[in-house]
Amino acid sequence: MSTSNITISLVGNPNVGKSSIFNQLTGLNQHTGNWPGKTVVTARGRYVFENREYALVDTPGAYSLTAHSPEEEATSEFVRSGEASVIVVICDATCLERNLNLVLQILEVTQRVVICVNLMDEARKKKISIDLEKLERELGVPVIGAEALTGAGMRKLMRAIASESQKADGLPEIKESSVFERVKKAESICAACVHYGKADYNALDRRIDRLLTSRWSGPLIMLTLLALVFWLTIIGANYPSAALSKFFFWIEGGMLAFLENIQAPGWVSGLFITGIYRVLSWVVAVMLPPMAIFFPLFTFLEDLGYLPRVAFNMDYYFKKCRACGKQALTMCMGFGCNAAAVIGCRIIDSPRERLIAVLTNSFVPCNGRFPAIIALIAMFFAVPTVRTASAASNSILSALLLTAVILSGILLTLFMSRILSRTILQGVPSSFTLELPPFRKPRLSKIIVRSLLDRTLFVLARAVIVSVPAGAIVWLMNNITVGGLSLLQLSTQTLDPFARFIGLDGTILMAFILGFPANEIVIPIIIMAYASANGITSYESLAQLKVLFIDHGWTWLTALCMIIFSLSHWPCSTTCLTIYKETRSVKWTALACAVPTFSGLLICFVLTAAVRLLGGA
Amino acid sequence: MDEKVIPLQKIPIGAKAKVKTLLSMGSVRGRLQDIGLIEGTVVECLQKSPAGDPIAYLIRGAVIALRSEESSKILVESCDGYVHV
Repeated sequence: MSTSNITISLVGNPNVGKSSIFNQLTGLNQHTGNWPGKTVVTARGRYVFENREYALVDTPGAYSLTAHSPEEEATSEFVRSGEASVIVVICDATCLERNLNLVLQILEVTQRVVICVNLMDEARKKKISIDLEKLERELGVPVIGAEALTGAGMRKLMRAIASESQKADGLPEIKESSVFERVKKAESICAACVHYGKADYNALDRRIDRLLTSRWSGPLIMLTLLALVFWLTIIGANYPSAALSKFFFWIEGGMLAFLENIQAPGWVSGLFITGIYRVLSWVVAVMLPPMAIFFPLFTFLEDLGYLPRVAFNMDYYFKKCRACGKQALTMCMGFGCNAAAVIGCRIIDSPRERLIAVLTNSFVPCNGRFPAIIALIAMFFAVPTVRTASAASNSILSALLLTAVILSGILLTLFMSRILSRTILQGVPSSFTLELPPFRKPRLSKIIVRSLLDRTLFVLARAVIVSVPAGAIVWLMNNITVGGLSLLQLSTQTLDPFARFIGLDGTILMAFILGFPANEIVIPIIIMAYASANGITSYESLAQLKVLFIDHGWTWLTALCMIIFSLSHWPCSTTCLTIYKETRSVKWTALACAVPTFSGLLICFVLTAAVRLLGGA
Repeated sequence: MDEKVIPLQKIPIGAKAKVKTLLSMGSVRGRLQDIGLIEGTVVECLQKSPAGDPIAYLIRGAVIALRSEESSKILVESCDGYVHV
């Protein structure tokens, strides 16, 4: 096999399936999704075809080589640099005319181009037929039809790339046409090559859009979907979570018995079982089931193309706060992982608006935080009573309360965006063009594999990696004593007077601080700190946990303040690092911590003072 | 035929209009041209968002949402005398 340096670059408009083609060619799992701007970083991969190796570069979507955003600039520079032996321009068969503007522009830079008309299956469904041979004659470069989802056309594409890469360097005619000329040319080419079987080929999409984005049904469906996703997550996670807890507890019993048998010293079982193992098992039992349900549901909505509709519905409010509607997209990504969402903020073109989105992103609780919020809601606010004993009605109440929590997070996002754009990030809203892509039928197998492997396991693995040292550190802090008090007691006692002002206690605040590497470990730290004081060993169910918390002076106010503080405090270490990488500024990273921390402190303080003044709790 | 030139923002849902002039300048103008908005392009108004702004338009086969700030600076002439479809 020759390892000659043949670099192939994938270029195309946003959301035409570049990443899917990339995955098909390389067998890699680059993240895909039905919304423009999914790929914000250049991905690289390799494949072998007929004994030759090809290096493949996936670029962020661009409408043209005339750069209007940093991503387009990167793509444009890459194309012009001549680094790629062959440029594969991916086009959307259902929207060929608009795509041809970029094709024509690239053809003015280089002639070593292969055109790949993707989504031929979608076009067929819409009765759009494209005369690929005619298109090839018109453009003068190979044109290959493809269906990235099924992989159809990939061999042909590889063959075309291979023969194109062996062609001698033909210099393109140096001519720069105006955008007017290109658009006109694209129009005439399409008139000759594209045939529409029915005039209203997008009628179904338009009907769905009218439902999803009209005045009344739009917001209603958005809220219902949000609550529904949470309800399915809560009710679906209930039983697996309980079963996992039981299972881990059973294993723990076995391990303790074993350690006793071999007469291991007390600190061994303390450090490894009470410390590391318990934090680990809490993280897995409480975090894994909600993630394994939430991520596929979210990926489903993403692949369907629903997220750009959310941005469309919410843009007006972001505009009122002088921010960008695409912030709604990065907000949605925050549900999965705030660090990923911060990178995703690159889809926002204006640097000012991008910073606003970065600074306010952690108001949306990520997967590491909302399972803890669910647990607190279940313990203190959606308590089963004799009258509402059914699990279903209880989970509905939990889902609605969680939705309310999330909505307050969104309101906080809008409010803080507004404050930021009135103070340190002043400016007028920049221009806004958002493409609403055609709806695509998500493929279940792909959703499950991708959301479980790429997201769930990835996030879980990170939490597990963090929980091992965290469990050890907390156990050590709990067992190293200075002057009769453990380090943990000393630090919680120091924090306690301050924490009381904001409705929490020293232990909770300490847990948030120790939870900086990953929010998943906040509750297990609290449990460990409380349990050691009680001398009680283990907590299998939320009901037992509630008793422990109430023993330590918790009221509904403590739980509420903790929920608010989960929603609004410093971002986790991974997110902070990502913010630093994205902004290249200590100042903005510090501000990204300060903004949610101070608003969280302030809300908790005011709430606590008000409730105490009124004599409640 | 009605030759009146109005901003794109004003055309009703379902109506089609032909672009006459882009008033915006700089990168906004470039971006609009790149998505195919040049003189003579026929645009169809598809759908308003819940708050009435932005509005989604069909532009050369793609659905693009534009804020009123942008659409008020795109001057168009009616193609069909605003017959609702």
